[in-house]
Amino acid sequence: MKTIKVNVVTPDGPVYESDVEMVSTKAKSGELGILPGHIPLVAPLEIGSVRLKKGGNTEIIAVSGGFLEVRPDTVTVLAQAAEKASDIDVERAKRAKERAEKRLRAQQQENIDFKRAELALRRAINRLAVSEKK
Amino acid sequence: MASLRDIKTRINSTKKTSQITKAMEMTSAAKWNRGVMKAKTFVPYMEKIQEVTASIAGGAGGAVHPMLISRPVKKTGYVVITSDRGLAGAYNSNVIRRVYQTIQSRHKSNDEFAIIAIGRVGRDFFVKKGYNVIKDIIGISDQPSFADIKELASSTVGMFTDGTFDEIYIYYSHYISAISQEVTEKKLLPLTDLRTSEQKLTSYEFEPSAEEILDVLLPQYAESLIYGALLDSKASEHAARMTAMKNATDNANELIRNYTLSYNRARQAAITQEITEIVGGAAALE
Repeated sequence: MKTIKVNVVTPDGPVYESDVEMVSTKAKSGELGILPGHIPLVAPLEIGSVRLKKGGNTEIIAVSGGFLEVRPDTVTVLAQAAEKASDIDVERAKRAKERAEKRLRAQQQENIDFKRAELALRRAINRLAVSEKK
Repeated sequence: MASLRDIKTRINSTKKTSQITKAMEMTSAAKWNRGVMKAKTFVPYMEKIQEVTASIAGGAGGAVHPMLISRPVKKTGYVVITSDRGLAGAYNSNVIRRVYQTIQSRHKSNDEFAIIAIGRVGRDFFVKKGYNVIKDIIGISDQPSFADIKELASSTVGMFTDGTFDEIYIYYSHYISAISQEVTEKKLLPLTDLRTSEQKLTSYEFEPSAEEILDVLLPQYAESLIYGALLDSKASEHAARMTAMKNATDNANELIRNYTLSYNRARQAAITQEITEIVGGAAALE
């Protein structure tokens, strides 16, 4: 089976590097599946998961936004934070979730802090969801 | 000449100082190593994001974005990266002097600019000068992770987007080698020097559109520039502190050598004097 090289890179260093058969993820414009031989493409990602299919197994990586770059031979995910399901600090994500929920309850008006808390909550929920699926 | 006991005390205190500086030198050496490694792990991300940004912003499609366009400058932002602690030789003062001189030559009134300070030394200096320090962050760890400065970075970029600043410069100390660091000025925003010609540009399909991708990509790129500068200056900081502490230890050892010499001289003089007295006394009795 044909494979494609995948890199997941964050400012704190590379997170994942391997050859896989298929990459699927959720982009801002909708679900996106990449097979080997895809045309060059750039797409921003939602806070969500990147699923990498390889020999019957699926590995899941949680990403907090960023974007996806496809070249004929490689796929690169550039995110400000990304973790493999097994590397997620569940306790920390739970704490972050509670903190964000508290903040959202405290301030109901629209402002920057509200948005930031909402994003933090989505990231925390995403991490928890990904870590459960491992 | 100082008494024997005075010299002894001075030798002891200098020895203690040299032990401390020696220990600081060694901790800085360890931190410097880790700092350089950390800066290395960041390189692939930076290269990649630069490449993609250049291909999209410089490539075909004629995508335009507010963050790429220079506008008339009414207010300038200066991001200044210093350390929280001193004892690093000229590390902090070099950066601060450069920023101070630049501001003096470019601006007439304090309303034309504001400072974003990373690190206590820089913040304290500019607050004391009466400049407008609009945002600051202190207590950053020696091996900062991106999450540590995410908030500062994104609000700095936000201040360009919402028009608070019309251009933003970043000042930090660029790491060249263990003994050489250089103060660097970089224009952070607007991003005008993206079009690097040598690289071959890939033409991409955009999903959904080039403009929307730039909306995500450019802030992320600018934020990673700030993080990259921070990692660079952390490596410089530890290298500078290591060199400063090495010099301090060397100086202390030199001092100890001199003191020991004069201690021995004074001791010998005292003995000689005693002998002379005894001999003189004996001669007087004959």
